[in-house]
Amino acid sequence: MNTDEIKLLLTAKLGADIVLGEETEGLQPALLIDPDRIVEVCRELRDNPKTYFDFLSCLSGVDYGGDANRFGVVYHLASIPYQTRLTLKVSKENTRNENDLPSFPSITPVYGAANWHEREAYEMIGIYFEGHPDLRKLLLPDDWDGYPLRKDYSTIDKYYKGIKID
Amino acid sequence: MNIAESKYEEALARYQQKIANAATEDMVLNMGPQHPSTHGVLRLELITDGEIVKEVIPHIGYLHRCFEKHAESLTYQQTIPFTDRMDYLASMNNSHIWCMGVEKMLGIDKDIPKRIEYIRVLVCELNRIASHLIAIGTYGIDIGAFTPFLWCFRDREHIMGMLEWASGSRMLYNYIWVGGLFYDLPVGFEERCREFVDYFKPKMVELNELLTDNQIFIKRTANVGVLPMDVAINYGCSGPMLRGSGLKWDLRRIDGYSVYPELEFEVPIGKGEMGTVGDCWDRYKVRVDEIEQSLHIVEQCLDRLQKELKRTPDFDPRAKMPRKLTPKPQEYYFRGEGAKGELGFYFIHDKKKELDKEGNIRLMDTEIPFRVKSRGPSFCNLSVLPEISRGVMIADLIAIIGSIDFVLGEVDR
Repeated sequence: MNTDEIKLLLTAKLGADIVLGEETEGLQPALLIDPDRIVEVCRELRDNPKTYFDFLSCLSGVDYGGDANRFGVVYHLASIPYQTRLTLKVSKENTRNENDLPSFPSITPVYGAANWHEREAYEMIGIYFEGHPDLRKLLLPDDWDGYPLRKDYSTIDKYYKGIKID
Repeated sequence: MNIAESKYEEALARYQQKIANAATEDMVLNMGPQHPSTHGVLRLELITDGEIVKEVIPHIGYLHRCFEKHAESLTYQQTIPFTDRMDYLASMNNSHIWCMGVEKMLGIDKDIPKRIEYIRVLVCELNRIASHLIAIGTYGIDIGAFTPFLWCFRDREHIMGMLEWASGSRMLYNYIWVGGLFYDLPVGFEERCREFVDYFKPKMVELNELLTDNQIFIKRTANVGVLPMDVAINYGCSGPMLRGSGLKWDLRRIDGYSVYPELEFEVPIGKGEMGTVGDCWDRYKVRVDEIEQSLHIVEQCLDRLQKELKRTPDFDPRAKMPRKLTPKPQEYYFRGEGAKGELGFYFIHDKKKELDKEGNIRLMDTEIPFRVKSRGPSFCNLSVLPEISRGVMIADLIAIIGSIDFVLGEVDR
């Protein structure tokens, strides 16, 4: 199944407004999904006998840059029975205020693999995942300040327990 | 305090409460970060009831080196040494996959000369053998068999020596470059490699006699740490972990990148010969079988490299290297079969904004990626550990950890 067919299948099943757009340029086309309904979409794609996207290859949190003020999550799915691949994207505007993190639903109930990936995206980019069972920091220490992979993260005059960060 | 932060504090408090409760009812045992059988700096917090492990809480990040942050400020070519340090037991595979991803983005993946492709596959497969030898050897020593460890390291030393001869370094090679190679193979490499293959084949038979069919080893590993196929898929396990659970899934076959479609090899899977499909013994056996398949691939590569793709005096492995690595703005996820499983790199490439003299914003081509995400196979393979080690004995947990065969350099990146 190619991306167009998957788009048709999703809109037929879950409503026309679930797919916000499509990126067809480039080597890998992607579907832009309504951020609040990503869990439904993933579950449908995983369980539908026509798609069977049962393998979550990669989940990446993305900060789209200084003036874009936009954060997103990119899901790379793979189907083992059909040997196909699919890219899903969700994104949201955000003010970059650390007291108001961008928030997306967690897909851990659908894919167990998302658990650690989401924890990593949370600590590195500062994307909050609603409904995640255990959203602690993974790679960084528990008391680390800030989100290092954000584009506006600065290490000037930053110390961790008396050690200069650079 | 905002909602996200309060939820984080909540998760943290929940975890601390769990440990505090366990400390009164059960026992909390710290395994690692310096425990020899955790294969690096992995810390496992075990909640135990006597000898039974009730729950495992892995703590990772001791080896975090900010790979993704580094990659955002270095050019594609400069990042290759960093990829070497991810899975440092199979560095060639990492840089091979990185380079293939960048070449795909540049659109030069079809222009790479055949000789270079075959050399790449040759060194990658040699490195895969070396990585699996460590997995097997250290697995033996975890279980209590000392000899296989020494034998495996003895044979691995030959591979390390050969790769050092080719690249100048024993473990972190920086040999495969975008669009080419650092150098051509040294004169006489193919002959030396063939000698190694002939030497190594009987050694594998010896190793099988010593470890694979050893009754003590089978008793310790068969029916232990069974990973059912559906759990493996759901948790994103790949490589020997997934194949050990009985699924024929090898990206060298599925995606058919590089020259793998021209090569003949089998994809070994776990069959549950000694117990259940997906137990520790199956995962171990898949690695042993893969060594044989890799040897077979090495032989085919040598055949080609010595016959139709012979070295010529004017052959320049850097001839096709682009002067500037400036892909078009795009997003691309490339995956390949590393020694431990699916290694993927997700690139986002964009133009760089620059101010010119008049203060106008100009979009410039850049050699630096906007964002790189690396998906390490060990990372996902390790994340299934709490799932499969509920209710096992502490000694069996050692067997399970060894059979996962992770490298902390890749888990933590």
